[in-house]
Amino acid sequence: MKNSSDEISQARLISTRDSQGSANGHGSGEVPLEIHDLTVAYHRKPVLWGVDLAVPPGKLVGIVGPNGAGKSTLIKAAMGMLPVSSGWVKVFGEPVKKNLKRIGYVPQRESVDWDFPVSVMDVVMMGRYGHMGLVRRPKKKDHEIARACLDKVKMLPYANRQISNLSGGQQQRVFLARALAQESDLYFMDEPFSGVDAATESAIVTLLHELRNKGKTLLVVHHDLPTARDYFDMLLLLNMRVVAFGPTKEVFNYDLLQKTYGGRLTILSEVAHAVRQKEDAL
Amino acid sequence: MNARHKASVFAFLFLCTAALPAAAARIGELSETSISSQAFRFFTFQDPTVRYALIGTMLLGITCGLLGSFVVVRKMALVGDMLSHAVLPGVAIGFLWNMSKDPLAIFIGATIVGLISTGVVNILRQTTRLKEDTVLGLVLGTFFAVGLCLFSMIQHLQTGNKSGLDKFFFGQAAAISSDDLRFMTVIAIIAIIAIVLFYKEFLVTSFDADFARASGLPTQVIHYGLMLLVAFAVVIALQAVGVVLVSAMLITPAAAAYLLTDRMHRMLWLAAVFGMLAGAAGAFFSFLGPGLPTGPFIVLGATSVFALAFLFGPRHGVIVRWLKQRSRSHRVQRENTLKSIYHVLEHREFKGEGVSLRELAERRHETVEDAKAQADTLRRHDLATLHEEGNLIFLTPAGWQLACSIVRNHRLWELYLTNAAQIAADHVHDDAEKIEHVLGEEVVREIERGLEYANRDPHGRPIPSLADVHRGTAPAYRSEEPAGYGGKM
Repeated sequence: MKNSSDEISQARLISTRDSQGSANGHGSGEVPLEIHDLTVAYHRKPVLWGVDLAVPPGKLVGIVGPNGAGKSTLIKAAMGMLPVSSGWVKVFGEPVKKNLKRIGYVPQRESVDWDFPVSVMDVVMMGRYGHMGLVRRPKKKDHEIARACLDKVKMLPYANRQISNLSGGQQQRVFLARALAQESDLYFMDEPFSGVDAATESAIVTLLHELRNKGKTLLVVHHDLPTARDYFDMLLLLNMRVVAFGPTKEVFNYDLLQKTYGGRLTILSEVAHAVRQKEDAL
Repeated sequence: MNARHKASVFAFLFLCTAALPAAAARIGELSETSISSQAFRFFTFQDPTVRYALIGTMLLGITCGLLGSFVVVRKMALVGDMLSHAVLPGVAIGFLWNMSKDPLAIFIGATIVGLISTGVVNILRQTTRLKEDTVLGLVLGTFFAVGLCLFSMIQHLQTGNKSGLDKFFFGQAAAISSDDLRFMTVIAIIAIIAIVLFYKEFLVTSFDADFARASGLPTQVIHYGLMLLVAFAVVIALQAVGVVLVSAMLITPAAAAYLLTDRMHRMLWLAAVFGMLAGAAGAFFSFLGPGLPTGPFIVLGATSVFALAFLFGPRHGVIVRWLKQRSRSHRVQRENTLKSIYHVLEHREFKGEGVSLRELAERRHETVEDAKAQADTLRRHDLATLHEEGNLIFLTPAGWQLACSIVRNHRLWELYLTNAAQIAADHVHDDAEKIEHVLGEEVVREIERGLEYANRDPHGRPIPSLADVHRGTAPAYRSEEPAGYGGKM
């Protein structure tokens, strides 16, 4: 018992030491995303441990780590969609629930049913719902924005298609257009490059850079290490805890990647298992 | 007929003779009248029972169709089933409240019990490792069993006006009273207003609940609001459709609508209309004979609509798909015939334009009769003209265009596979045989560009150019040109 709690505190130590940028941020209203000591558990099994993070504005941040590292969990928890065991999240200096309108989201493409009876336009219009308020109907301005966003990802000719007739890359473009229609300042994207063709991938990268240049902050879950180095300004190396966070050229090195993808995982997942068993025994 | 078989037949007959007339006796004056006079009575609408039954079943059909659409797209069909069975104890409790079939008491009892059942489902899902379908089955069974116990208890009570309570099992539209009808109207209006007002919230939470939550919508509230409406729909449908079949009212009209359209708002309209038609049909048929339960007729009415949608749906219907498949295979066959004619002519370097039936038959390894049938098909589609008593085939300009483009597709694809995909030249023919019929002109041009306008296929035969395709005559023969095998892509 004692052993496992020692492991936990040690894990916390590692994460706080490695996460750079967590020093500043407090008090400044313009930090797009600030996470403090965030721990998330699924079915009482911790999947994220003591995450500290302060993302500076206008950065394109890649979140990388092995399968089960908690990448999706981190962005969902950051948007307040998951119950957290401890810690807090601030978006532009406010609790996340108050600032959801400034957040845009691209979920994993596989998370929805693409046979759903809606058109491409319907889906993009959903990006406007957060701005409309309950009961309100889309206005002319919302239609214009939605059309412009579809045009931006070159999907305007498909506006009236049903979504099941789209290829993987087209589906991803539709999701991006919907996120653009949210007109947010902070974006969370869950594997926007999964299952897309090469043309779509480079189009998405261009779009992400464009958004970044407009001063938006983007956190993108990415699973392809070789491209991660080229695409992102900053990298968050994640494996159940923050292994490292910093400018890509500083953190993309053998030691840190080894730490992210290597043996560290086993200790933490063993502890997680032990915690669960202990609770079950009680 | 063995003994067990006999026993089950007797059991069935017993059920029919004991249960159904017991229900019929209470509908009163219906017995002893002929079907035609009943039908006449139905369509004159003079009888208030008929009016209540018809309007009631139509209202419940609309309500169930609308809410069922959301149940179907949210993949909650099992939840609907659970809810419709689990409200039974609530009906019994509502009856016990003031020992009469008071619609308000029954409505409140059923709704509360329905909500309790969804709460129990949630608790079991969150606190155990059981999966949703297991939990639903468990709760459904338990609540239904409690309901049956309460009902048999009520049947043995000495007091109270128990008439009409048994209708809750199989449904009897004729038992709908003016009080019931008023109630159904209110619920139907509430459901319609809720869907009109919160259409976009219901839509986005059904399609992508995570995204809805990330945009700040109260997804849980919306979910439970929708569940409450579904519970309302179930409860008002109980009396006419019966506990056992209510879930079919939620699912079947919506499923039929789902097959017919690709847009949620149209699906809602269609499901409401289908539900309404099924309700009216059920009310009518159950009225024709004494003691016929309404529920099965309404559900079978909805199933008929579903069957029509399944068979004749304009986009996803079986028959349309079959027709499309057939016309595609006919087209492929025509194109193959044209290609064979092209091959025959190419073999003699396009000297003399006509191809005889025998040549075609030899080329295709068919009988002359088959070749004649093919030639006739080409003639009917204005792709060829027949001469010398139908023995000599001449391609029309349209025929030449199609023939050239098929051969062009075939040979370019073969070249593409050998050059770009590095597949051996003797492996590419079968694939090209299929691909040649589906390649679009844009793709073909792109392949041609990628192959740097090579004009020979991997077997050394000339590839018709785009100009050849457009000319509508035999292609310019290029046997003397040096063979270009194309650059690497």
